[in-house]
Amino acid sequence: MFERYGIGIAKGLSVTIRHLFRIPVTTRYPEQRLNTSRRIRGNELIWNQEKCTGCGTCAKTCPQGSINIVTSVKTEENKYKVEKFEVDMGYCIFCGLCVEACPYDALFLGCSYERARYRRGELVLAKEGLLESAERKPSGYAHPEIAAELPKQSLLLDKDKGRRR
Amino acid sequence: MAMQMLPPDWPGNFWAHWGIFTVIILVFILVSVLMFIWFERRAMAVMQARLGPNRAGPFGLFQSAADALKVMIKEDIVPARADKVIHWLAPVVAFVPVMMVFAVVPFQGGALLADLNIGILYIVAISSVTTLGIFMAGWASNNKYSLLGAMRQVASVVSYEIPVVLSLVGVILLTGSLSLQQIVQAQEIPFILVQPLGFLLFFTGALAEINRAPFDLTEADSELVAGYFIEYSGMKFGLFFLAEYAEALVVSALVTTLFLGGWRGPLLPDWLWFLVKVGAVFFVIVWIRTTVPRVRIDQLMALAWKFLFPLALINLLVTAVEILVWPDVSLWLLVPINFAVMIVLVLLWSKLFKLGWGRVNV
Repeated sequence: MFERYGIGIAKGLSVTIRHLFRIPVTTRYPEQRLNTSRRIRGNELIWNQEKCTGCGTCAKTCPQGSINIVTSVKTEENKYKVEKFEVDMGYCIFCGLCVEACPYDALFLGCSYERARYRRGELVLAKEGLLESAERKPSGYAHPEIAAELPKQSLLLDKDKGRRR
Repeated sequence: MAMQMLPPDWPGNFWAHWGIFTVIILVFILVSVLMFIWFERRAMAVMQARLGPNRAGPFGLFQSAADALKVMIKEDIVPARADKVIHWLAPVVAFVPVMMVFAVVPFQGGALLADLNIGILYIVAISSVTTLGIFMAGWASNNKYSLLGAMRQVASVVSYEIPVVLSLVGVILLTGSLSLQQIVQAQEIPFILVQPLGFLLFFTGALAEINRAPFDLTEADSELVAGYFIEYSGMKFGLFFLAEYAEALVVSALVTTLFLGGWRGPLLPDWLWFLVKVGAVFFVIVWIRTTVPRVRIDQLMALAWKFLFPLALINLLVTAVEILVWPDVSLWLLVPINFAVMIVLVLLWSKLFKLGWGRVNV
């Protein structure tokens, strides 16, 4: 009943002044990065050349048909030789079906999210460009053993913890 | 306009004093306006759990300087069907009076451009001219939104000028002088304690006159895009922007001088006290802007005529009676009386009057 005597304004003022002593939730992005989800379907595909048998299951499951795999037979070892493994990341929708389908755990989605390019051609990744490296870390998507080792996702909620009333 | 004696410690003659102080005031206004813009953006951001400008310079201090530079090198566009001369003249008319107000604001004892013995009258007369510039801008732009914004500005200034001036009269009655310097010297205790209702009315009315939120109907971006300066670009827009923040500076300086004891204060040097108080008042303005949503135009008018105007009249009457009945009583005695009067009146008026938020039956 006292809302009409300026009490409402006073309440509002106290709310804003309390926010003055809060930690800002903004992340200063290029300098400051949050940990992504451990199971992020990041913006790239990582291929393990040793594990790959060239069975082509990934290419068959890909709904976009963006995986192009060409193999030849190595008769002396009775195995396929992967001649060409090419992914057009421009068509990839990061559904992760290839990662789930791979029977030999040779495919991973990556953790990266800064994969913008100036030319379409740069989006087409072939064999060497698809390998795992320091910059290209596999994410835990469909691979719980990798997810267990990655750092926990940082939440804005944690940033504010302790400072809340 | 009678010019009072120069402070004895000033070098040179009148014109040297005039020249030096004009430069000082111009620099002070420009620098503090830039700082205010930065401060407002930072403070609002922190209150909204953001960071605000932090890229240009330490803590983003040079952000408003960079913005000013950007505004200056932008193209100046004049609408084809605009009234060219008035369109060109409007920013100047809006900006110059705001600068002129500072001629009579005392920065410390004796440190002011002109100690007019009609200082407050001068301020009231000069500061209203800004509205003329704003209406010129709205009219000359040949745009319905800018005209609407300008009309709202005129309406609100015409309404709010009355309670603002009436609440100033209480201070003048207590002091017995219109000179700002003498008003400061008369404040043994800050007049905010002696005139709490006058302060409340003056602050509210002044916020409305300078189009600060929650009364920024002149440029209500969600309804009028940008209000009166919608068709302005480049440095003309910059001048309007500058005038807006210089007005906030004027209000902060006036509230400091009239109600918070001006440059008086213990320990710190006088001019520093003045700056600290001005900054504190501006912080309150920013605080209110962050908190309170914009009112409607009918609420704006109702607040002026139904709430501020009668209360200002009663406040004037009460102060006059007090001065008449106890001419020699200590100011401390008036503090509890005036606070009681304020609380009773505000409660009564909130109870009795609806400020235009009721249902409208068509």
